[in-house]
This record gives sequence, structure tokens and C-alpha cells, in this order.
Amino acid sequence: MTTPEHYPYQRHRDQDAARPPHHPVTIVGAGPVGLALALDLAQRGIPTLILDDNTHVSTGSRAICFAKRTLEIADRLGVGEALVEKGVQWNLGKVFSGAQKIYEFNLQTEAGHKNPAFINLQQYHLETELITRLRALQAEGAPVDLRGGHRFATRPEWVNNKLVCVIQTQDGPYAITTDWLIACDGANSPVRHMLHQDFEGRVFEDNFLIADVTMQADFPTERWFWFDPPFNPGQSALLHKQPDGVWRIDLQLGWEIDRKAEQDPDRVRARVAQMLGPDVDFELEWVSIYTFQCRRMRSFRHGHVLFAGDAAHQVSPFGARGANSGLQDADNLGWKLASVVQGDAPEALLDSYTAERVQAADENILNSTRSTDFITPKSEMSRIFRDAVLDLAKEHAFARPFVNSGRLSQPSTYDASPLNTPDALPTGPSQTRPGAPCPDARLTDGYFLDSLEGDFCLLALNTTAPEGTGLTILSPEITDDLRTRYLAEAASALYLIRPDQHIAARWPSATAEHVTQALTRAKGHAL
Amino acid sequence: MSTLITTPNLKNADDIYAMLLAAHEDLSLEGSTALNARLVLLLVNHIGDAGVIEEALEMAKQG
Repeated sequence: MTTPEHYPYQRHRDQDAARPPHHPVTIVGAGPVGLALALDLAQRGIPTLILDDNTHVSTGSRAICFAKRTLEIADRLGVGEALVEKGVQWNLGKVFSGAQKIYEFNLQTEAGHKNPAFINLQQYHLETELITRLRALQAEGAPVDLRGGHRFATRPEWVNNKLVCVIQTQDGPYAITTDWLIACDGANSPVRHMLHQDFEGRVFEDNFLIADVTMQADFPTERWFWFDPPFNPGQSALLHKQPDGVWRIDLQLGWEIDRKAEQDPDRVRARVAQMLGPDVDFELEWVSIYTFQCRRMRSFRHGHVLFAGDAAHQVSPFGARGANSGLQDADNLGWKLASVVQGDAPEALLDSYTAERVQAADENILNSTRSTDFITPKSEMSRIFRDAVLDLAKEHAFARPFVNSGRLSQPSTYDASPLNTPDALPTGPSQTRPGAPCPDARLTDGYFLDSLEGDFCLLALNTTAPEGTGLTILSPEITDDLRTRYLAEAASALYLIRPDQHIAARWPSATAEHVTQALTRAKGHAL
Repeated sequence: MSTLITTPNLKNADDIYAMLLAAHEDLSLEGSTALNARLVLLLVNHIGDAGVIEEALEMAKQG
């Protein structure tokens, strides 16, 4: 099978330049995180170069669960609706112990959100949509340049206030300079290795077999998780539907295995047949074995080099917190980097990227470590407690909240962010306190998040926003959703909303001076 | 917020102690350990107060 080239190698005039050409922002890695960041920067008019040693989107489903917050970010980048249309929506999760269903959960969020709680979609479909959007922006003249077959090759050197970078190609190496280098080059990040950066945390001694199978089967569109199923005794298993009649199967294998033998297609087919039963015809589309770590870099910023996604932090797959958190990194970094490049904010603003996203990474690591400890108990006593929970959960509702087959990705509220102005609306809802991502809401016409334009703005409810701040002012008619999510007990509210849709400040009402102070703070001038 | 009761709180301590022992009678160590784990989970849920549970754990660790 030949893989189509989505961004084939092309020789670039930079390769023949007499002196290294300059690029304000260079992104290493055209995965979901690098592409999302490039789209955000391109939409803001920031010249952006993306390098990838590959020439095509990823192989195999890889990341498959995308959370509502990711879809909201994708909407801002212009691809959200395409993803939802292509993806499989699901709300119901079922948990089995042995052959018995012990528990189910429904992710159906409250009404009044444009996007579903989750969709399943193969990573290659997400990447393809992001590239399609990037090509459309290029056609409109956006200064974004994606170079496949161009490999970031050696440690970048800081010379004359620029990073000098060497890029390797089939036609040999060439050099460029850049102001900012963003490493979105995955869990084994070559850039992180080149800079000899730490990456600390826990390695989990376990192997999981992933198989993508195509089949015509009447399993419902639900997430099924088994502890100790009859077809994989003593281990766990997961079944999840993707588009195109593809199903994701994850089988826990344990630590002491022969990885090569376990990937033998006949052996995998036998395992899958045991799971699906004798009457189901299926074909293997992709097989992989993975182990995982829960760890992060101490800081995501090292001078003019920034790290995002798996390059900066890794979690176990339980909870879909890998790709979703990586896209939130891109969301957080895009506007900050654009502001710094445009001279609208000090470089220190980028330290808040580390502060906020390290907090998020720690939340994700905590949640996914706990899930992993439940799924793969690390000691005899932790297995005894786990089994006690599973026993009790069959009959007793009280035990079900202890059952942990993955706590699904939620966006972080940056409570400790140095960009926040202290809450001046304590009677307002907790979910819209400073640091929180704006919850969506139905307006009389359309949805609230769609009305945000990707810059700082003010939301005025039952109050008049002050003149002279230079900010866009939104004062939509107050619907029930807006009242519940943005006012609660408060009679009026004025919100300062960041370009990434997180809340920077809120007041019952405010003067232009209040707003300007909060805006200055949110742009990092007080750091 | 309540605190962990560490003064005598049972009218019939002997009866309850006997109930505990009776529940474990004829169980292997493995069976007893599993029973204790289920019992801990039930009681923890009944208490429903993280502060009290933390206090109890601290006291139990000291032995």
C-alpha cells in the first residue's frame, strides 16, 4: 500500500539562499498540535513555517476521542463543523466486570452547547481537516508555509538574537533563522533531546494492544470498557466506534510479553475473534502495541523555544487527555505568541503559557495516573481494593463513582494564573470565574462562542460597557443559558474575555480604567 | 465539619466486636482481606466526610 502524500517534499528557495532566511515563528511537527497552532497564527497574520520530516498525515487511528472544548477550539480555527460532521457522536459509556455490566455513565452535557460532549474521529481525519483549512488560508494569502520532508536536524543555536536552525532534506541541509521555535514534535521530541531537557514522571509497566478493525456489526455507538473480561482474563479491554465502520479495540496485555509475537496479525486476529465472537467478520486495519508514561517537562518555555502537546507532557490514554490537552496548549499559546511577535505584549507573557499549561498538565497527569492505578493495580492491596469496588459496584450505586476506567478530558480553569484579575463578582457563577473557559450558551440567534472573534472582548449583561477601551463589546439579549452561566445571583456582569475564550476578569460593572488595568495584566505587562 | 470520634461511642462494644469476628470466621486470609476492603469502602461512604476519613487514616497509620 502506498501512502498518499498530503504535503510532499518540495525544494524551497530558502535552500538556495546565500544567507539563512528569517522566519518569525517556526513550528516543528505537523501533527494536530503543530497544525492547530499554525492555523491560529495564520488567522492572526503571523508568518509561520511548519517543518515535518514526514510527507503525510499519521497512520492508524491514534488519538480518537475529541472533547467538546477541542471542538470549540476547532470552531475558532474554522474546522469544528467539519469534524463534528465526520465524527461519531457518543454519550453513553458502559463498564463491565467479567461478563456483567456493572455501571454506565452518560456524558450528555446540559443543553445549550453547540458542540457534543465527545466525538470519535481518527487522528488522520483531524489532521486532514486541519491541512485542508491551512490550504484554504494559504489560498487567501495567509503567510503559512508547511514543508514536508524537511527535518529539523540539529540543536538550535542562539546567535545575534536569533535562533539558527539547520534543516535536513533529501537535497541536503540548509539553514534558517527564527525568533521563536515551537516544538510540537511528539512524545519522543527530538527538539527536547537536542536541548537536553528533563522529562520526569512515572513509567507504567504495562503493554496495550490497539487494533483498528473494520466490521459490519450492530454494537451500539457507546464506549465499552471491561475489567477482567472472559476474552482477556485478568486484564482490561476497550471497544469504541470510529467513522467509516472502523472500531478501536484496546486489549491490556501485561508487562512480561513478547511484543513482536503479540503483533503478529494471526495472533491479533485470534484475540479479536475471541472478543467479538465467532459470527463477526472483521478485517484488521492497523495494529500497534503501546506502553505509556505520565510525565512532563518542568517548564514548557526555554528561552525562545517552547514545547507543546506530547513533546511537553504525556499521559496514559485513559481519559482522552493527550491530544485534547495538546490542542488546548495550542489554543493557549497562539494568541500569546502572536501578541509578542506583533509587539503588543512583553515576552514575559509566554511565561504564563507555562504557568497555565503546567497546571493543566498536572491535572491531566493526576487524573490519568489514578485511572491507570485503578485499571492496573500496582500492589496486591491496591488490587484487593479495586476488586472490592468492582464487586460492590454490581449491586450498590455508592461504589460506582470509585470505578475508574478513565476520567474524560475537561478543560482546566486557570485559577492561579498571573493573568487573572481577582474576581469582583463573587455572586456570579463559579463556572465563569476568572481563569475559566467561557461555557457556550444559546443566544436568541446562534451560539455565544461563535460570536467571539478571537481577540480580547467585553461581554456586558445588564450593564453598559465603558467607552474608550478599544475592545469589541458584546451585549447579547440575555437568554436563559446566559443568565444561568454568566449571572446566577448577580444583577449585572461585565466580563473581560481573552482571545482563547478564557475569562480574564469580571465585575458587576466597571470603568474604562478597571478594564484597561485588567487588560494590561492579561497581556502580561504586570509579569 | 465534624471530627473523628475517639471516645467510646458504642453501647454494646462486645457484641459488635463479636460480629466482626463472626464475619471473618472460616474465611481464608485472602477472603478476609477482601471482606475488610469491602467493609472499609462501605463505611467510608457512610461517613462521607473527607476530613474525618483523613483523620481516621492518620490515626490508623500511627497504630
